[in-house]
Amino acid sequence: MNRSLRPLLATALIFLFAYLLAVLQHPNMLSTRVLGNFLTDNAFLGIAAVGMTFVILSGGIDLSVGAVIGFTTVLVAVLIMWLNLHPILAFAIALIVATAFGAIMGAAIHYLRVPSFIVTLAGMFLARGGASVLSPDSIGIEHPFFTAVQKSYILLPGGGRLTVVGIIMLVVFAVAILLAHRTRFGSNVYALGGSETSAALMGVPVARTTISIYALSGFLAGLAGVVFSLYTSAGYSLNALGVELDAIAAVVIGGTLLTGGYGFVAGTFIGVMLQGLVQTYIVFDGTLSSWWTKIVVGVLLFMFIVLQRLVFRAGPRRT
Amino acid sequence: MTRPTVDIRPTTQPPLPPSRPLTHFFTRPQVIALAAVLLVNWILFPGFFTITWQDGRFFGSLIDVLNRGAPVAILAIGMTMVIATKGVDLSVGAVMAISGAVAAVMVSSGYPAWIAVLAALGTGLICGLWNGILVTVLEIQPIIATLVLMVAGRGLAQLVTEGYIVTFSDPVLIFIGTGSFLGFPMPVVIAAVMMIAATLIVRRTALGLLIEAVGVNRSAARFAGLSAGALLLIVYTFAGLCAAISGLIVAGDIRGADANNAGLWLELDAILAVVIGGTSLMGGRFSIPMAVLGAMIIQAMNTGILISGFSPQFNLVVKSAVIIVILVMQSPLSAQLFRRRTPPGASK
Repeated sequence: MNRSLRPLLATALIFLFAYLLAVLQHPNMLSTRVLGNFLTDNAFLGIAAVGMTFVILSGGIDLSVGAVIGFTTVLVAVLIMWLNLHPILAFAIALIVATAFGAIMGAAIHYLRVPSFIVTLAGMFLARGGASVLSPDSIGIEHPFFTAVQKSYILLPGGGRLTVVGIIMLVVFAVAILLAHRTRFGSNVYALGGSETSAALMGVPVARTTISIYALSGFLAGLAGVVFSLYTSAGYSLNALGVELDAIAAVVIGGTLLTGGYGFVAGTFIGVMLQGLVQTYIVFDGTLSSWWTKIVVGVLLFMFIVLQRLVFRAGPRRT
Repeated sequence: MTRPTVDIRPTTQPPLPPSRPLTHFFTRPQVIALAAVLLVNWILFPGFFTITWQDGRFFGSLIDVLNRGAPVAILAIGMTMVIATKGVDLSVGAVMAISGAVAAVMVSSGYPAWIAVLAALGTGLICGLWNGILVTVLEIQPIIATLVLMVAGRGLAQLVTEGYIVTFSDPVLIFIGTGSFLGFPMPVVIAAVMMIAATLIVRRTALGLLIEAVGVNRSAARFAGLSAGALLLIVYTFAGLCAAISGLIVAGDIRGADANNAGLWLELDAILAVVIGGTSLMGGRFSIPMAVLGAMIIQAMNTGILISGFSPQFNLVVKSAVIIVILVMQSPLSAQLFRRRTPPGASK
């Protein structure tokens, strides 16, 4: 068994173990209904976390994803409800705007040579501010297309529903896994995360790759915003507050190394599911308040960071 | 033939000489920026500089800017030291919520105020120490190490308040948030005392130099015989203490502890204040008074936007514009452009 897959395996085992414990307490949690809801409820987080995985793999961080999700929901709502555009056209415009936004941040990070977290912090302020300038109030979206999408799903055996947003997330993960592990762009991302200097000396186009990474993260945050607007049928500037932290937590729990250069997109999927499991467990339990989610996610984050340190500190000595 | 270029220029400039004539102070970009913001406020609202004396204390928009800016200024004092060591502390907002919650719960369950204050400060110290241990002992990057407490901290604060907004009527805690001393609001006095004390401690002892040494190159500092780990522990613990003091002020101001909203996003304001103050995010060069000035610039902008009748949401857009301008100004690229424009030989 490949040694480098061990952290991924550890995360998967912890998820299965946690799910088993949850099922022992609440047998109803073992059903395709719950699993289907896992996918639907965490679709926007999962999509945003995929973008975050690429950013963290390259050694950066993107604090703007939550704000871009919020901005996209407002933009989509404004385009549909005020300008009477068809939702598909509105989605396309929103995705282009979000991608361009990410690309500009990537260019700023590369050409101005400033840490990514400060550039994306500015991006976060700009996107949240821009969204609330567009509309400070929540805009409800009513359109036959929205209702049609929300009502369509694939019935799973056992009564579970695989909704459109759930399918979008699964497709995004599948494409991202191929992109990360089977394309030149993916290798460039890993190379950048390993060491920017060596990557540049090896001939990796640093500027193009950096801009593409943040454009991809922007695009996926935009897609997450589209999914969020489908999920809630509303555009609001304060939507998805703090999702960037959940996304970072999902990536780290999924075993991606925060210093960049090592990790798996599939791990992020497990990270997202683990957070979904915590939330669902708290709902099932009924006596715990929702703020326990934050504490448990914080503890998980801490555990996995320590695990990373131990694995990677012990690693070189053994070989 | 293009060749990948590797930037080997030093990212930090050497520290400025300790004594400068006063005129240099007034030509600092931060001072000019604050003056410009205040001038715009004055044009929008002619009564801006009017300060009146009433009920034994000063009143006026200017005092209000100082008062509202004080919590961020106090956070910025701790944040400056952290950033000077090439770190960052994302958890200060959450620590504010925890310490406010601890103080509020303790006074409302009958403990005397001074014990509640000490407990809140102690909580801040413990939170800071926790961050410090993650950064030094486990060697986790500061952004991520402090992210743990940022995510979990608000949950912990909710745990302390059991999900409620705990209100109190304890005169001592309320005095910390809304009282006045020598005519100035208490938060301003606390911020000023902390700024002066911190500046004196760092600049009159070797501590400032040691912090800069660790920030510029931690390994080199360790080889030079510095116990970098102990220094980082002190710095993060101090940032936690600053956050606890800010949390007490905010709780005293609203006479209650709101675990969800106390100090929300203030960590970002504090980082922005430090960056405006000219402290390099790459570690090294730092200035505590300039960071406090940065906090005041941010608050003066907030107040200006509010009194000019724009919705408070414009704040975010303006803040991002400020960050972008600073980044462009500080970037090596603009330095290059600037150098190219200067005629050769003019630099001699």
